[in-house]
Amino acid sequence: MSDIAFTPWTRAEMAQRIAADIPDGAIVNIGIGMPELVADFLPQDKEILLHSENGILGMGPKPSPNEVDYDLINAGKQPVTLLDGGAFFDHSLSFAMMRGGHLDIAILGAFQVAVNGDLANWATNDPNAIPAVGGAMDLAVGARNVFVMMELLTKKGDSKLVEHCTYPLTGLGCVSRVYTDHGVIDITPEGFVARTLPPGLSLDDLNARAGIAIRAS
Amino acid sequence: MIDKTRPDTQSCVADIPDGATLLVGGFGGAGMPHELIEAVIARAPKDLTIISNNAGNGTTGLAALLAAGLVKKVVCSFPRQADSFVFDKLYREGRLELELVPQGNLVERIRAGGAGIGAFFTPTGYGTPIAAGKETRQIDGRNYVLEYPLKADFALIKAHRGDRWGNLTYRKTARNFGPVMATAATVTVAQVEDIVPLGTLDPEDIVTPGVFVDRLVAIGTGAAQ
Repeated sequence: MSDIAFTPWTRAEMAQRIAADIPDGAIVNIGIGMPELVADFLPQDKEILLHSENGILGMGPKPSPNEVDYDLINAGKQPVTLLDGGAFFDHSLSFAMMRGGHLDIAILGAFQVAVNGDLANWATNDPNAIPAVGGAMDLAVGARNVFVMMELLTKKGDSKLVEHCTYPLTGLGCVSRVYTDHGVIDITPEGFVARTLPPGLSLDDLNARAGIAIRAS
Repeated sequence: MIDKTRPDTQSCVADIPDGATLLVGGFGGAGMPHELIEAVIARAPKDLTIISNNAGNGTTGLAALLAAGLVKKVVCSFPRQADSFVFDKLYREGRLELELVPQGNLVERIRAGGAGIGAFFTPTGYGTPIAAGKETRQIDGRNYVLEYPLKADFALIKAHRGDRWGNLTYRKTARNFGPVMATAATVTVAQVEDIVPLGTLDPEDIVTPGVFVDRLVAIGTGAAQ
């Protein structure tokens, strides 16, 4: 790996970039984990409706301590609020929204994303791990656009952008864009395409770090 | 006269036999019928199969039912949580069978069970380990997996208010699996905060019509978990 003067984007910077790319009026599901940060950066000048799988459209921010109501929680089981105009509904209708193509964008975390858009984000090959899938597979097949937010490299330094996922799949060919700490990368019929890179990181450096072909846009 | 109300939780669950399959409402703590679960633990039927979104957290509710050793199998979408240590331990010790179902397939299988549907093709899980060995079909160029209904002997759910006909309203995100689970069990039991006189619930607000409810019991306004 080349020794280059470059600072990876922080998670907050990644979240900011995602938030800035969400168009006015979009219906968005934010997955649990790292993507939750995106909610903190949603632009005030746009109306973006957040969907939560447990039956909310128009989810608002965290409540003040005296507003906490444990009958009003998000997919991560944390207390939230409801915006004016928001609605509650049961799980069957909620997953009809997700699976039926009614959400514009789902933002998910990932263990691996393959060059063909395959997503692996629910299980590793660790036999001691407790498997849990939740609503990720429904979002993967159902949202019109699936964005992934993840760091480019694992703690061991392996690239999470891969030729073929080696972890169990969540969905086939579903990811359209990946927001990483090493830049924003689109998934296209021609493969990975770098859309925006952090200052100081060249395409060659990115390719060296990822160990996989990423083209110029 | 129709009166589905019961004086206490014990009489709601007294006939749950060993080996029964139970649909248990809730998403995390919201909508989880804690008091009905406590009554099941007191009655202690064995070898239960539990169908629920999660597999309990902390030491109350479903986690307490698991800890009591009454459950042989869990069908759920998301057993792993920050504080799901009761499930985690039993699962790792091989004392609990797990059928992991993507959340949308879980709710649609329950919906199918309650709606008289024989099976359905869903895109969710196609090409993943969840679909291994299952029948698939391409429809209009898209790939689907055949999934079968889920039904239960009992459904235990939590609603907000009810009346003696079994009509139910819900509160905020505590609605979650309640309405669909109510349709898919031989006996559906609802715990509610209060039971109100017939005609009090606005018919426009009733989410679960009484036809789907067999027993209901008032718990009062206990703090949600």
